[in-house]
Amino acid sequence: MSAALDAVLQHPGIWRGDRLAEAGMDALPTGYPELDAQLPGGGWPRGALTEILLEREGIGELRLLLPALARASEQDKWLTWVSPPHLPYAPALSAAGVKLEHLLVAQPKAEADAWWTAEQALRSGACSAVLAWLKAPDERRMRRLQLGAETGHAMGVLFRHASAAEERSPAALRLRLEAGAEGLAVHILKRRGGHLDRPVLLDLNRTGVRRARPPLSVVPQKTLEAA
Amino acid sequence: MLWIALRFPVLPLEIFSRSIAASDPFVVFEKHGNRTQVIACNAAAAASGVQPGMAVSAAQALEAGLIARARDLSAEQESLSGIAAWAGRFTPSVSIQPPDGLLLEVASCLRLHRGLDNLLRMIRSGLDEMGYASTIACAPTPHGAWLLALAQAEVIVHEAAQMERILGKLPVRLLDQPPQVLSGLEMVGAHTVRDCLRLPRSGLARRFGAGLLDELGRALGSLPDAREFFVPPPEFERRLELPAPVHEAEALLFAARRLLPELEGYLSLRQAGVQEFELVCRHERMPATVVKLGFVKPTRSVGRMQLLLRETLAKTRLTAPVHTIALHARLILPLDAANTDLFQEGEDAEDGTLLLERLRIRLGKEAVFGLAPHADHRPECAWRRCEAGGAVEPLPNARRPAWLLPRPVPCREGRLVLKSGPERIESGWWDGRDAVRDYYVAQDGSGSRLWVYCDRVSGEWYVHGLFA
Repeated sequence: MSAALDAVLQHPGIWRGDRLAEAGMDALPTGYPELDAQLPGGGWPRGALTEILLEREGIGELRLLLPALARASEQDKWLTWVSPPHLPYAPALSAAGVKLEHLLVAQPKAEADAWWTAEQALRSGACSAVLAWLKAPDERRMRRLQLGAETGHAMGVLFRHASAAEERSPAALRLRLEAGAEGLAVHILKRRGGHLDRPVLLDLNRTGVRRARPPLSVVPQKTLEAA
Repeated sequence: MLWIALRFPVLPLEIFSRSIAASDPFVVFEKHGNRTQVIACNAAAAASGVQPGMAVSAAQALEAGLIARARDLSAEQESLSGIAAWAGRFTPSVSIQPPDGLLLEVASCLRLHRGLDNLLRMIRSGLDEMGYASTIACAPTPHGAWLLALAQAEVIVHEAAQMERILGKLPVRLLDQPPQVLSGLEMVGAHTVRDCLRLPRSGLARRFGAGLLDELGRALGSLPDAREFFVPPPEFERRLELPAPVHEAEALLFAARRLLPELEGYLSLRQAGVQEFELVCRHERMPATVVKLGFVKPTRSVGRMQLLLRETLAKTRLTAPVHTIALHARLILPLDAANTDLFQEGEDAEDGTLLLERLRIRLGKEAVFGLAPHADHRPECAWRRCEAGGAVEPLPNARRPAWLLPRPVPCREGRLVLKSGPERIESGWWDGRDAVRDYYVAQDGSGSRLWVYCDRVSGEWYVHGLFA
């Protein structure tokens, strides 16, 4: 390739199909280097919507986010949770380094209000991150969230069931999480720039939440016939 | 000294008409003996031929849909003090000039407002926003400025030396003198102020009294003119009568928006912010509807009040048509002037409280909260709801799950593998919610990590959280 062409290709406005879209992407490091390497900009995109799809709860979806949330909560902005399915447990969040004084939980009664809340929070520019658990998503509502995130430069995360993986979505990043024997498998369904076929495997217990005790696997296993 | 005189020539009309956007034909009348006479009419009425000075019956004959209201002098005075409060944002030296004017001393605050032109622009746009038409004149003396405003001469006079030349052109009838003095001056051929000044002073004083010379001296600046400045009342309370009853809450927003700039000016005059205010909507023969607004922090930003008022009014149902609205601000707290960043627009914190206020209005106060840890061994008691944004003592516990189930669910999973534990918690015997439990971290068949416990009293197993 000629030197002249090389120089042109260095221009930040030019993106080559074989690279991740890095230029101009503002991202928040996830705290997991293996995942950062696969995400455009090296982390969770700010000013964009991220979708996290999961089969069932409790496989580590929050532990995946907590290092980034802890970092985001350093800013003097809200960390908003819209319609969380359970109670975000203050001692655990505090242990992960999340500044609780920036936590804002909204539990709207009506679903339309929940969408409104998520959009307003994203749009306001007063939130570093907005986590939302919303029902009945359609493309128009999702697009409003994506635009809101762009306007307010917030990190928007929408949690949905894995069955939505085949649907179209305006989100900038879509991940499907799967619990595996060796840890959490993160399938990147959509990212800006290039497709990734194989999942990223993460051991959340190793790099994730700061732990006061050694990893739990040293404790001998017992089996339990539950009632 | 530089004085700005504001005169509101159609104040009797505006105290009614500024509360609605649409302009139906509208007149204000006054009783003179047996006659009721139109003293002011709006553009829609003038278009059908109504003129000030007409009898109301004649005006009604010209325009069938005419709304006529009697002049309300006390409401005019109230409006004037409302505007005086509003003008407090520009200068602390505001003086009321009855019946329909204000005088502002601004020489000391021109630099703050980036020059006179900019200040006048702000005053004009502010008055426009509140729905007042005005004549504005500037002069080195208060009375001189007022005479210019009365003559509808919108001029700016900076030099005291020019006063004599400019005021000289004004007709003598503008002077604040008894009618016999004014007619006497006309009879001796003194039609303008300059004519008066040409006459010998001693003769003028002998014939027309010292009052005339005194007034001319004050206008020209040769005699001192001490003005009493407006002192803001301890509470803000303003009412606005609507020309026609309003049925929808959202239509009230237009009227309320006219009052908010006054509140803002009042607050800046007192260097304070408002934390709570209420909009009282009065109905005929019905108890009034009170719309309450609360802020997270004291504020005096009109934009914020408007935004919250709009959202609150959108949720308000009116039981009956409203004829008068009133704005009461009781909880007025000192507000420190914020230092603005030289390089950045640092309004993040302000945005944050605004978001919180908006969410609270739409979702209800209890639906928006923060979380705080609480010193208790029982997991369900180890947290508290708190006011979002309040200072929180961190009480980290890394062995806790990120999701807590609001109430423990009996285990129904076929097989759970216990990964770690037990952590024994025995607490709460003193308040009847006794917890005697062994907690374990368990994994179910599909990879979810659960926080389960065995109740040592009943031997039952429960799920209490998810390590999400």
